[in-house]
Amino acid sequence: MSTQSDTALSIRVNGEARSLRVPPHATLLQVIREELGLTGTNHACELGECGACTVLLDGEPTLSCLTLAHEAEGKEVTTVEGLGDEDPHPLQEAFVEEGAAQCGYCTSGMLLTAAHFLEDHDDPDRDAIEDAISGNLCRCTGYTKIVDAIELTARGEYE
Amino acid sequence: MSKGLLREQAEPAFDVIGEEHPRVDSWEKVTGEAEYAGDLDRSRLAHAVLKRSTAAHAYLEGIDTSAAEAMDGVLAVMTGEDFPVTFGSLPAGQDEHPLAQEKVRYVGEPVAAVAAVDEETARQAADRIEVSYDPLEPYTSIEGALEEADEPVHDKGYGNSDRVAALEFGDVDAAFEEAAHVREDVFFYEGNTHVPLETHSALAQWERGRERIHLWASTQCPHTVHRVLADALDLPERKVHVHANTIGGGFGGKVDVFPHQLVVAKLSQLLERPVAITLTREEVFYTHRGRHPVLMWIKSGVDEDGRLLATDFKSFLDGGAYASLGAATTYYTGALQALTYRLPNYRFRGMRLNTNKPPCGPKRGHGAPQPRYAQELHMTRLADDLGLDPVELRRRNFTGPDEVTTNYLEITTNGLAECVERVLEASGWAEKRGSLPEGRGVGFAVSSFYSGAGEPTYWNDMPHSEVQIKVDRSGAITAFSGAAEVGQGSDSILADIVAEVFGQRPEDINLVVADSDETPVDLGSYASRVTLMMGNAARDAAEKALQPILEAAADELDVPSDELVAEDYRVYPEGDPEAGLDFEDAVELAENEQGLVGAVGNYTPPEKLGDFPGSGVGPSPAYSFSATVVEVDVDTETGEVDVEQVWMAHDVGRALNPMSVEGQVEGSVYMGLSEAMLEEQTFFDDGLHRKPNLLDYKTLTPQQMPDVESLLVETDDPRGPFGAKEAGQGPLLPIPPAFADAIDDAVGVRIDETPVTPRKVLQALDGRHVGPEDVPDADYPDATHVEVPDDAKQGLR
Repeated sequence: MSTQSDTALSIRVNGEARSLRVPPHATLLQVIREELGLTGTNHACELGECGACTVLLDGEPTLSCLTLAHEAEGKEVTTVEGLGDEDPHPLQEAFVEEGAAQCGYCTSGMLLTAAHFLEDHDDPDRDAIEDAISGNLCRCTGYTKIVDAIELTARGEYE
Repeated sequence: MSKGLLREQAEPAFDVIGEEHPRVDSWEKVTGEAEYAGDLDRSRLAHAVLKRSTAAHAYLEGIDTSAAEAMDGVLAVMTGEDFPVTFGSLPAGQDEHPLAQEKVRYVGEPVAAVAAVDEETARQAADRIEVSYDPLEPYTSIEGALEEADEPVHDKGYGNSDRVAALEFGDVDAAFEEAAHVREDVFFYEGNTHVPLETHSALAQWERGRERIHLWASTQCPHTVHRVLADALDLPERKVHVHANTIGGGFGGKVDVFPHQLVVAKLSQLLERPVAITLTREEVFYTHRGRHPVLMWIKSGVDEDGRLLATDFKSFLDGGAYASLGAATTYYTGALQALTYRLPNYRFRGMRLNTNKPPCGPKRGHGAPQPRYAQELHMTRLADDLGLDPVELRRRNFTGPDEVTTNYLEITTNGLAECVERVLEASGWAEKRGSLPEGRGVGFAVSSFYSGAGEPTYWNDMPHSEVQIKVDRSGAITAFSGAAEVGQGSDSILADIVAEVFGQRPEDINLVVADSDETPVDLGSYASRVTLMMGNAARDAAEKALQPILEAAADELDVPSDELVAEDYRVYPEGDPEAGLDFEDAVELAENEQGLVGAVGNYTPPEKLGDFPGSGVGPSPAYSFSATVVEVDVDTETGEVDVEQVWMAHDVGRALNPMSVEGQVEGSVYMGLSEAMLEEQTFFDDGLHRKPNLLDYKTLTPQQMPDVESLLVETDDPRGPFGAKEAGQGPLLPIPPAFADAIDDAVGVRIDETPVTPRKVLQALDGRHVGPEDVPDADYPDATHVEVPDDAKQGLR
């Protein structure tokens, strides 16, 4: 991906400061996957339609396939690899226990979207959860167990 | 969580089997550690991009690759001339090329390939390849493909007809003469595609020293890829190594062998460096192999009590440009009708037509959802004609356990009647049908499906699934299986079964899967075969591997080996854990005694009973059965339909992990509803795809997805591992007809084609017929007459 027009990019990724040189047109998804080797963030539609590439940019869910890497300059990027601290995030526990991941390809985007949603929704009903994840496609689960896992996490069943 | 297993009282004592527990691969999937083929990297990795046809049907006049070749960073440019190979996934279906030869047959067909130092360069180079076409008239519909034309899609000598089936079981015309009532209907089921979230990826690496090709790919069938790749590169099969990575969804879309897999392997061999490709979403729409559009005609004759006497069925499949698994699909459109209902006299005629569109192939339910839509709606209308309750009419015609169908399918367990009872009770059907307020309604349908194809994908008599177990002195148990985890839970089934036999936890079983060098053969993750076939092979291997461990412990403890059990990581006399040995100590004794402990297990399905053309399609060791009720709310102003709830009862034989089975049922309901309501892969008249992206190709959203109550019925099939049958496809099948039936109950309109969109609902409310009027006249060969099994076997006496 490197070219002569590469420019400097400084971001924090999952708490670590990273300095890179990337082309001006590189997407954040390309940088995350190809430069940083964080392949937990997935490519699936390249057009912002499916949510599989969702990361948190300064805490906000962001489609990394539609975001230029340089837009993230100076910002904090959280990918699925950075979700949770020393312990797994309760949502990760819930997705495992409730069977919310089948093929797993949508899972990282779902987790990050849901993690952000739960930060300011203590007791959401299922409709609110469905609205929150409506930008994230899943072809395996019928969403049922994903909504279950998020709902149970919101209720504090997973710590 | 699993809402009421039917036979809890008869439950044998299992530890892992029947227990709800996380899948063994779930942690790697929630942490991002799962490794999909597109995640792989290699030093000196080159990237490939395919140049695809912009013409639907044309001769290739010339391909000018000079501008591409002149680009910095371009390593190789290849056209069909450099790779003149014909291939196909089935022996009956060798008509495809990695890169087009002389002619292109659909928009999106690979014409040339570029390998470059990075993907961007490869893409720019592919854009600079100039292809000139000499266009031909494209065929884009069933009716069009049937018309006489100078230049068919393929020159096979039968116009555009790719595959024809014509079978008659019993004497259909005579039986119609006896009928008290006869009805015929015409239906059309639109094509749609899998949309696995992971786009296809492959990485090939030529090993110079040993002259071997290695291929890592997102494939449901690494064994098929192995065989076809060896042929394509003209290498002995032992020189080919294929590994299926973690797969980000398949649904049948990654069963076939694909041009891009063969192309990167060829490029890698040529360049002597690794070459990778990841398809774009748009390319996945062209790669397709999804649901065939099928036009159907069904005619039934019944006696005065509504018992089916004669059934006549025709299907016309729009196959797209190449065979794929279409030979099987064609027969599948006629194979399962007699599995759900007893059809004492049954004629089936099917025709698959080539058109200038991406090839259709196997999608979840392979060839069965389309006739299911026709047969179920037809049954409800027959009941209406006779003034009978639609459930009652069906009950009078259900197949039962331990019988042989008209077309020689051998049913072992059959929970259909139980499924119906459960689903009617849970849904409140009796109070709701015909009684809900205007605009609301409930629909009903039943179905049946196979648990694995009885015939292999290529002719041989070897086992369909083979599993190896190694147990070493550390006490570690490793299971080796060729089955591919596509998200359906195959790794967990393997771990669960081995863990059950050894008395350990699934997460402690090491797995090596889906790798032609490292694992024995498994035919792949298709046809709902893995749980039953791989599961039986795993149980066989595990029980054999445990035996020397039990015997060594028996010597040590001075207890007969058949009185010992392996439980809780120990081997001990049943009922007396304290008296036993730790598992690893028992393994060490066995290894002292005989050397390395291990075993192989095999599974070969029973031989088919029928012997007629197409008799290989339909036979299975066991069949699952389903019944569903769908409740809807129809907005008569907009035609929009809200699905309020779905109740799905599914005879799974035994739920090895009820949570995982529910996941398969819910996923099937989702996919069935999504294609019933809105999914359609459609084309302009010139063969251009109307919506090759996820913005225009709509799938059901979380807000549209209703609550699903899964009712698992257990019939403990003698042929399934611990009694298990399939769950991943069967529950999809009854959803589309039940959805259409619910709309009929809600607002009194019949819609004879999918998807049932709001626009069609409005048209129907406006009094217009929505659906095909008729099927074309087609030139079928005379039907092969097949004598039906005697009445007793059919359950008719």
